[in-house]
Amino acid sequence: MQAQTQDKYTLTFWEKLYIPEILKGMKLTFGQMVKKKDTREYPEEKWIPPASYRGAPVLVQEENGIERCVACGLCSRVCPALAIEVQAAETADEKERYPERFEINMLRCIFCGFCEEVCPEEAIVMSPTYEMVFTDYEDAILGKDKLLTPVEKLRPRLEFLREHR
Amino acid sequence: MEFTDILISLIKIIVMFVVVLVTVAELVYTERKISAWIQNRIGPNRVGWKGLLQPYADVIKLLLKEDIVPTAANKFIHTLAPVISIGVAFSTLAVVPIAGETISMFGREVQMVIADVNIGILYILALTSMGVYGLTLSGWSSNNKYSLLGGLRSSAQMISYELSMGLSVIGVVMVTGSLQLTDVVTHQAGWMWNMVLQPVGFITFVVAAFAETNRTPFDLPEAEPELVGGYHTEYSSFKFALFFLAEYANMITASAVITTLYLGGWQVPYLELLQLPSGIVVALQILAFVVKVAFMLFVFQWVRWTVPRFRYDQLMDLGWKVMLPIALANVIATGIVILLIS
Ligand code: SF4
Ligand code: SF4
Repeated sequence: MQAQTQDKYTLTFWEKLYIPEILKGMKLTFGQMVKKKDTREYPEEKWIPPASYRGAPVLVQEENGIERCVACGLCSRVCPALAIEVQAAETADEKERYPERFEINMLRCIFCGFCEEVCPEEAIVMSPTYEMVFTDYEDAILGKDKLLTPVEKLRPRLEFLREHR
Repeated sequence: MEFTDILISLIKIIVMFVVVLVTVAELVYTERKISAWIQNRIGPNRVGWKGLLQPYADVIKLLLKEDIVPTAANKFIHTLAPVISIGVAFSTLAVVPIAGETISMFGREVQMVIADVNIGILYILALTSMGVYGLTLSGWSSNNKYSLLGGLRSSAQMISYELSMGLSVIGVVMVTGSLQLTDVVTHQAGWMWNMVLQPVGFITFVVAAFAETNRTPFDLPEAEPELVGGYHTEYSSFKFALFFLAEYANMITASAVITTLYLGGWQVPYLELLQLPSGIVVALQILAFVVKVAFMLFVFQWVRWTVPRFRYDQLMDLGWKVMLPIALANVIATGIVILLIS
């Protein structure tokens, strides 16, 4: 193997004086100092995700207050993380079946969006929520009461899905 | 010495102490802010308005920590070292004049300097070279190889730069013809600042001041990547806080000395033409002094976050082969010019 030869960079006279070069560096850092910062001050200034964002999965609630879900169990079946549990029951409504119990374990969910993709009723969609904090394992299992979200809030995501799926 | 004299001195000392302590606290804040800005961040902004109370939170955190003295350490010297550091840093400020006019207090004309000794410059040089003991002793007494290396480095570095520092000051002494700091400042009336009269000496002095205060690019005694924490590796809690305080107090001292020796101290150019009452003149002079010191402090921090650390041999090369000859040449040149003019 050949020994690596490295060209030695020889400093010019001005560079050897250090001071002009240091002043140059200081000019550069001063420029950075007065530049506008891109930091978002998070808790005060929240990021609003675009419609394509996959946040926490939620159940769509129609205007009449009833969920769209027909408890077919497809989402539960497809979920790679086994995060969803559905228990079906009969109802007098037009849709005949409804989920008596619908739970998503947010500690298991990996936000893959498969549940949303597989749902025949567009009943489960990925919301733009990204702030999920729990102090207890039990709290992390969200029941129907927490999952149901009015359809207005999910309109952008539903439109996005119509367009791109 | 009468009682009133002692009282006046005490008041001056206490005022100086409080001002320096508060400035140190806010320097920690500005340091973090400036580093953040240079790195395109925002910096501390949570504690208090715009994060201004951040340093106080830091201090409280430090004081609540356990104070650990290593078993193998020399306890007495381990405790003494930070005290030397901080003592030296503060006492240097005693001879720095902050305004030219006198103010009356208790029926006396009080000078705006704690001690107007006639060997002020020698006093400063002597005390700053004392500062090295704090660092060296802390490194030695900790009984830890990293601390020891840090301490050794600091002594080698400070001794090398002390020389060029002293030689740069000789230029100022030659121009002024006095070792008294009040004379030095009075001599720089108008725009005849020593920075203008002694440009080369100014640069060598500032570089040496950076080395004396152990600031980047000369912060080898505490080079984190190689030496853990350097000389204060084995310090915690309040003693660590003292070292921290000493570092920043040293920066203030260095800025004040640079201002006094080279930037015209409290001089406001052409102020005497306005014929203002003496109270306002004092206020303006203090303001001028503070602004100049603040500017120097900003430069200290600005340089710190711009220039990377020197390698050790580069540092020694620069000190002995570059700075010393330049400072010597400056003394000779100044002498020749003075001889030709007079
Ligand atoms: S997003 Fe994926 S992991 Fe989460 S509930 Fe839906 S299918 Fe399961
Ligand atoms: S796939 Fe849709 S309709 Fe079926 S159970 Fe899941 S949410 Fe309900």
